[in-house]
Amino acid sequence: MSLLKLDNLETYLGQYHILQGVSMSVEEGSITVLFGRNGAGKTTTLRTIMGFNPSTTGSVHYHNQKISGIPTHLISRKGIGYVPENQGIFSALTVEETLNLAKSKSTGETEEKMEWMLELFPDLKKFWRKKSGLLSGGQKQMLAIARAYINGDGLLLIDEPSKGLSPIMVEKLMESILKMKEKTTILLVEQNFLMASEIGDYFYIMDDGKIVHDGLMQDLKEDKETCQKYLGIA
Amino acid sequence: MEVFINLLVNGVSTGLLIFLLAAGLTLIFGLMSVLNFAHGGLFVWGAFSGAWIFKETNSFLLAIAGAVAVGMVLGWVLERFLIRPVYGNHVRQLLITLGGMLVLSESIKIFWGPNPIRVNLPAWLEGSYQFDGIIIIKYRVFVIVVGLLLYLALWLLLSRTQIGLMIRAGVLDKEMVQALGINVKGLFTFVFLLGAGLAALGGALLAPYSGVVFAEMGMQYAILAFIVVIIGGMGSLQGSALASLIVGVAGAFMAYYMPDLSLALNMLLLAIVLLVKPTGLLGEKGSAV
Ligand SMILES: Nc1ncnc2c1ncn2[C@@H]1O[C@H](COP(=O)(O)OP(=O)(O)OP(=O)(O)O)[C@@H](O)[C@H]1O
Ligand SMILES: [Mg+2]
Repeated sequence: MSLLKLDNLETYLGQYHILQGVSMSVEEGSITVLFGRNGAGKTTTLRTIMGFNPSTTGSVHYHNQKISGIPTHLISRKGIGYVPENQGIFSALTVEETLNLAKSKSTGETEEKMEWMLELFPDLKKFWRKKSGLLSGGQKQMLAIARAYINGDGLLLIDEPSKGLSPIMVEKLMESILKMKEKTTILLVEQNFLMASEIGDYFYIMDDGKIVHDGLMQDLKEDKETCQKYLGIA
Repeated sequence: MEVFINLLVNGVSTGLLIFLLAAGLTLIFGLMSVLNFAHGGLFVWGAFSGAWIFKETNSFLLAIAGAVAVGMVLGWVLERFLIRPVYGNHVRQLLITLGGMLVLSESIKIFWGPNPIRVNLPAWLEGSYQFDGIIIIKYRVFVIVVGLLLYLALWLLLSRTQIGLMIRAGVLDKEMVQALGINVKGLFTFVFLLGAGLAALGGALLAPYSGVVFAEMGMQYAILAFIVVIIGGMGSLQGSALASLIVGVAGAFMAYYMPDLSLALNMLLLAIVLLVKPTGLLGEKGSAV
């Protein structure tokens, strides 16, 4: 059953027609990866789901409930955790304060979620009282992911977590994300095909504000032509 | 020595009154990026309604509570009907809050007439203390104590409570706070009402201190508060507290030793701080505390 359904979304940013009829669905318990080159509209898709850039037409359904058209904080409270492209770190808050804030409007077993995140990302426990702004790039990404997971309940939207991180760090993060699939559904925006294709179950490829391909990740790996055409991989 | 201590007490008490005005301004700016020029109007309404309630009831505590209530009601109206429609548009904010300031100041005259009004000290705060022959006016000590307590309370609110955490996070990244399920509009309203209440309280405390209230004093103090907010660093509560004390104390000494220059002093302070540290004394992106 699909947990999240985007139906024919059209989103404008200012006068620009960015999303031009985007339809997708994310199956419960899966990792679905959204690929696409720079400027394709991936971030805008996530921002439309979160209600930051509402679409002019089309709809978003979560658990078969319409969530497009309501304010962001209420969309979040339905159980959607969000990791923005720039990580959205509260630099002057400590790790502790950040995760407590994530708990404040969270539903579900918040204590358990917190414990599991500290187990998965021990660095967060180590730097518990450190200001988030002083963490390394990788640690900031872990914090952003933990915050979203603790706040959410059922779905995580993660926007290009590999951005600016070393290959080793990216690998570690991808492993963690794969582990998180046990407890939550994930919609992942990525440009790192090698990494994302290892952990994804389904994929969508976006180009110029439209979905141009979708299917099982397994099939994409064998489809050299599509990979080359849209993802620039030989 | 006596002069020195008296100037210090004057300076600190004036500084803390300015702080009450500046605290709201800096938090409102930090969280909402709104420069609220109508803030001084809330201050002057606090002063007049406090003075009036005190005259009618002879209860100073009632006067203060009433002034705060009036400030918060006016603040609510201001936020809801003037400021909310122009969030994110600085030019409109500037015009509309300046307009709000004028309306608030002028409407004072409808209720209390165009002339300044005399205000007495409450009996229990009249007189002075004597330490080693140094005479210190009781009311000023009272203002200092209240000001420090309020600073402490605000600091605790921001650093130790859940809503304080939300406000600090909101100052840093409004979108991310919403993405965590927090209603930022509600936070805005809370901070605005808090700021309005503090401004009105500042006015109500100032009235017996200066002995007379007049409609234009809102503008006068709002300008001081703006200078303080900029010197302290926009969005920083501690910065505003520190800058308020500096402006208050420096003003008291200048008025005594070089009265001709005391007006230029604040501009000079402002210029120096902006030259040396353009973000203000404690202005670092994101430390609301
Ligand atoms: N605020 C804005 N106003 C107008 N256009 C914008 C705005 N933000 C982004 N765009 C444009 O919208 C398009 C889609 O941007 P988006 O950020 O969604 O792409 P993306 O797929 O996430 O790209 P990247 O891989 O570089 O992150 C781009 O062409 C971009 O230039
Ligand atoms: Mg992007």
